[in-house]
Amino acid sequence: MTKLGVGARLERKEDDRFLRGRGQYIADIKLAGMREIAFVRSPVAHATLGEIAIPDGKRGHVFTAGDLVGVKPMLAISGLPGFKASAQPVLATGKVRYVGELVAMCVGDSRAEAEDLAESVQVDYRELPVVFDMMQGRRAEAPLVHDAWGDNVFLRSELAVGDMEAAARTAPVTVSREIRTARQCMSPMEGRGVVAQWDYRLDQLVVTSSTQVPHLVRTGLSECLGLDEGRIRVIAPDVGGGFGYKCILLPEEVCLAWLARRLGRPVRWIEDRREQLTAGANCREHHYFVTAHATKDGRILALDVEGTVDSGAYSVYPFTACLEAGQLPGMLPGPYDFPVYRGVSYAVASNKVPITPYRGVARPGACLALELIVDAVARAVEREPYEVRLANLVRPESMPFDNVAGKHFDGGDYPDCLRRAVAAIGFDAVRERQRRGESDGRLVGVGFAFFNEQGAVGTTVYSKWGIPMVPGHEQASVRLTPDGVLELKVGIQSHGQGLETTLAQIAHEVLGIDPSRVKVVHGDTALTPYSIGTWGSRSMVMAGGAVAHACRELAKRIARIAAYCLKVEPGQVTVGAGRAVAGSAEISIDDVARIWYRRPQDLPLDVDSGGLELTVGYKPKRDTGTFSYSAHAVIVLIDTETGHVDIEKYVVVEDGGTLVNPMIVEGQVYGGVAQGIGTALHEEMPFNEQGQPLASTLADYILPGAGEVPAVEIFHTSSPSPNTEFGVKGIGEGGAIGPPAAILNGINDALRPLGAEVTDCPVTPRRLLAALAAARSGPRGEGAR
Amino acid sequence: MKAAAFDYARPASLELAVELLGSGDGSAKILAGGQSLGPMLNLRLAVPELLVDVTRIPELLRVEEQGDAVVLGACVTHAAIEDARVTDGTRGVMPGVARGIAYRAVRNRGTLGGSLAHADPSSDWVSTLAALDAAAIVFGARGRRSVPIAELMVGAFETVLAPGEILEAVRIPKLSSGARWGFHKVCRKAGELAEAIGAVLVDRDRGIERAVIGATGSVPIVIKDAARLFEGRREKILDGTLSDFPEWRRLQTHERLGSDPYERQIHLVALRRALVQAYEQ
Repeated sequence: MTKLGVGARLERKEDDRFLRGRGQYIADIKLAGMREIAFVRSPVAHATLGEIAIPDGKRGHVFTAGDLVGVKPMLAISGLPGFKASAQPVLATGKVRYVGELVAMCVGDSRAEAEDLAESVQVDYRELPVVFDMMQGRRAEAPLVHDAWGDNVFLRSELAVGDMEAAARTAPVTVSREIRTARQCMSPMEGRGVVAQWDYRLDQLVVTSSTQVPHLVRTGLSECLGLDEGRIRVIAPDVGGGFGYKCILLPEEVCLAWLARRLGRPVRWIEDRREQLTAGANCREHHYFVTAHATKDGRILALDVEGTVDSGAYSVYPFTACLEAGQLPGMLPGPYDFPVYRGVSYAVASNKVPITPYRGVARPGACLALELIVDAVARAVEREPYEVRLANLVRPESMPFDNVAGKHFDGGDYPDCLRRAVAAIGFDAVRERQRRGESDGRLVGVGFAFFNEQGAVGTTVYSKWGIPMVPGHEQASVRLTPDGVLELKVGIQSHGQGLETTLAQIAHEVLGIDPSRVKVVHGDTALTPYSIGTWGSRSMVMAGGAVAHACRELAKRIARIAAYCLKVEPGQVTVGAGRAVAGSAEISIDDVARIWYRRPQDLPLDVDSGGLELTVGYKPKRDTGTFSYSAHAVIVLIDTETGHVDIEKYVVVEDGGTLVNPMIVEGQVYGGVAQGIGTALHEEMPFNEQGQPLASTLADYILPGAGEVPAVEIFHTSSPSPNTEFGVKGIGEGGAIGPPAAILNGINDALRPLGAEVTDCPVTPRRLLAALAAARSGPRGEGAR
Repeated sequence: MKAAAFDYARPASLELAVELLGSGDGSAKILAGGQSLGPMLNLRLAVPELLVDVTRIPELLRVEEQGDAVVLGACVTHAAIEDARVTDGTRGVMPGVARGIAYRAVRNRGTLGGSLAHADPSSDWVSTLAALDAAAIVFGARGRRSVPIAELMVGAFETVLAPGEILEAVRIPKLSSGARWGFHKVCRKAGELAEAIGAVLVDRDRGIERAVIGATGSVPIVIKDAARLFEGRREKILDGTLSDFPEWRRLQTHERLGSDPYERQIHLVALRRALVQAYEQ
């Protein structure tokens, strides 16, 4: 390893512009003649759409579904058997199915003017009964979100291995819990936004959007607008966080793309925080019934889970309404080794905003369900929760390991990772404090969570789902400029991951070109190879691998030109450290580039005409995904009078294989933990029985702030993946997965003397005090459900 | 969301401001720091025809010592109080409370008078100044009047201020050297609006032992004889078992604490913790 290459804690190249306030975000774009757009959104959750009355003189400034002739609805169908399709109209037609659904778009010279116009549009809504809760939506008598379906289930999935009935009959210990997570809103600093214009010179639609997936947006726009992809260019400028909210095609993107062509002028929509909260970035709402059967010493014999996900009204493009629920049966066994399993899941349609995959996708919920039941087993058998985990984790000597759900774990030492977390959190000291009691009367507790994270999932997995998007080879283009700068063009998109730095580090590792002279180009369909974009902890594995391969191919081209210059055979030349070397002779890569471009007369006629520019595709040796893993440990302090939970200490021990830039990984883990703390303790988007979202500002939707996030202590172990370049594993999402489970386990550890237990996220003061009151009014039997 | 169109005026005198407030269709609103009104405008919860910016009126920026009190103009910011850039006669009480209001960015612009006139029940100043026995100086077309802060608010976001009246300044009595203060705020996280406030002033030299339960659904509960909550019950207060005492039983069923057991609990905890601070620490 070199000082600047793979493994270096290199400062992020992109931070120079970000820290100076010179990032270029969507709202920084101002084009001559640009009009501003505001939407009329449904104020009701479920209604037949009647007349839309546009004030006199405002026709031509207000557009409804009837104007969008030829625009197709967004269609994200899964090929999984039993999937029920929902076409999502870009502007409502016939019915509205959630509060915030787009009904009309209004054009003004300023956003305020456009909003004035939106207020003046009168819409006749004939209200219908509402599916406001997923469990209500599953009942036979529930109203129908999609009339033709007969029920409200997008998809039921099931995975069953072994004889569950026999396990249930014979297991000495059985524990069950009902567990629930709130609907949340992803909260990137920058919301979404779109600028669209028709470029008459290129006869091309140019859509600039705050997106993680410019190429997917282009494909989706092409399908909806009936415009071939060659006439669409999608640009993602600097993007202020995405977390999954920006990996779907938005109806607003389709609307503005259509409108720019219709008006012949640039149009812009900038999402405001109220739109983001109530009509956009909804995610995560899960419910579980979990039962574990175990031996008397806590060895799990069988796990039986029914999970339900509130998918909202429509199936989002391209990931569908089943990305969460459909994956649950496969991910619920987690990092443990047990023989008998049944996982059933339901993706339920409701009269709420469609959910969008959020960092970790279904894993924070799955990890919560599994890890709470592991702690419940530990309490039932009177062993320490970490000991029960050690008894059930996949052993290092079993790696690589195919688990009960058929997942292929690519390596690592899970028990070692957990033991390090037990030591780092100071477990014994907490038990001692609990014996003594806290001087301020609060209760102290310690909690653990262990999980693995399947990252960079590839073709063989996604192709089975039959959804509109399947990852294939990830491509990278490399090009040397005449002065020896390396341009890397990648179709992924960096929106906080530091990929402008880490991909340069990989190029440096291969070619030795200084990272400051490596220019990473991303976020523009006109400039980069096709890619499904940045999500699913895939960019470092996939784009990083592609860059490494492309640089190695480029090294071969450099070697051939250098061989002519050095008068040696190409096979004698090695390229690295910024030079091409043959014995004692050498030439710098800069000089090779200069000669290729500016002194072609020095090269023979039969030189490789491909020059110093090429595109290479890459897949890992096995594309079912890398498995990074983590142990999270937390010490919580509980004020039993106010119900407040403080996090005193938070430890993460993680294994992401080889880390390209450990500092950036730590930043990713840190940010993820902050989001996970939000899931565990603060964030909740409640709905009432009319389907109205009740948190419409950040005064109602509580995000953790600096005061709520402790200094996370992060430790690395390294078990390189055998399947990827350099042994890297996807790890970008992991920080967000563990905190709900670790924190709730910590709370339950603290509450144990009071006989109280929490199982629902977030654990607000109100929920915590209710749990204490319930414990006072009657003892809760272990496994009594 | 962007605000609906409005006109804007920044008068240089109280008289002009009052005149402007009476003009037009009567929907004019006073703009001070804008930390509550700004979001309300953007959410179109407030749609005034005219905003009257009072931040350049000299009387509203004044800071005066008047014998046994300090008068702070209504447009003095929370940050100015926090930083002790204005005279403090409360021996640190006012700066201490200011420090806990929202976030520094809000405190930089948010004003004392704006907070009182906005009359959000969760306002730190509504509870604090009621406990300190402060009074609002109110200017209107018919001259000035003084309103005790404990009587200023009549309900959530409602005050006794008549249309056209301006809260000009606040007269805050100085505390004597032996005065003791307790303040406890319950909120979801640092910087959020209060869910419950307990404020207690014990200033025996001035014959004041006063407790306030704030951030109720409406007006704070002011208990003028706080000693009765505490005397002879020290142990019970410290160990949290208070429900035996009639005063506490009355508080537990106080109509302004509502019927929600969570709300009742956090308000009484806030009060008890403020009492303990004032009497024990």
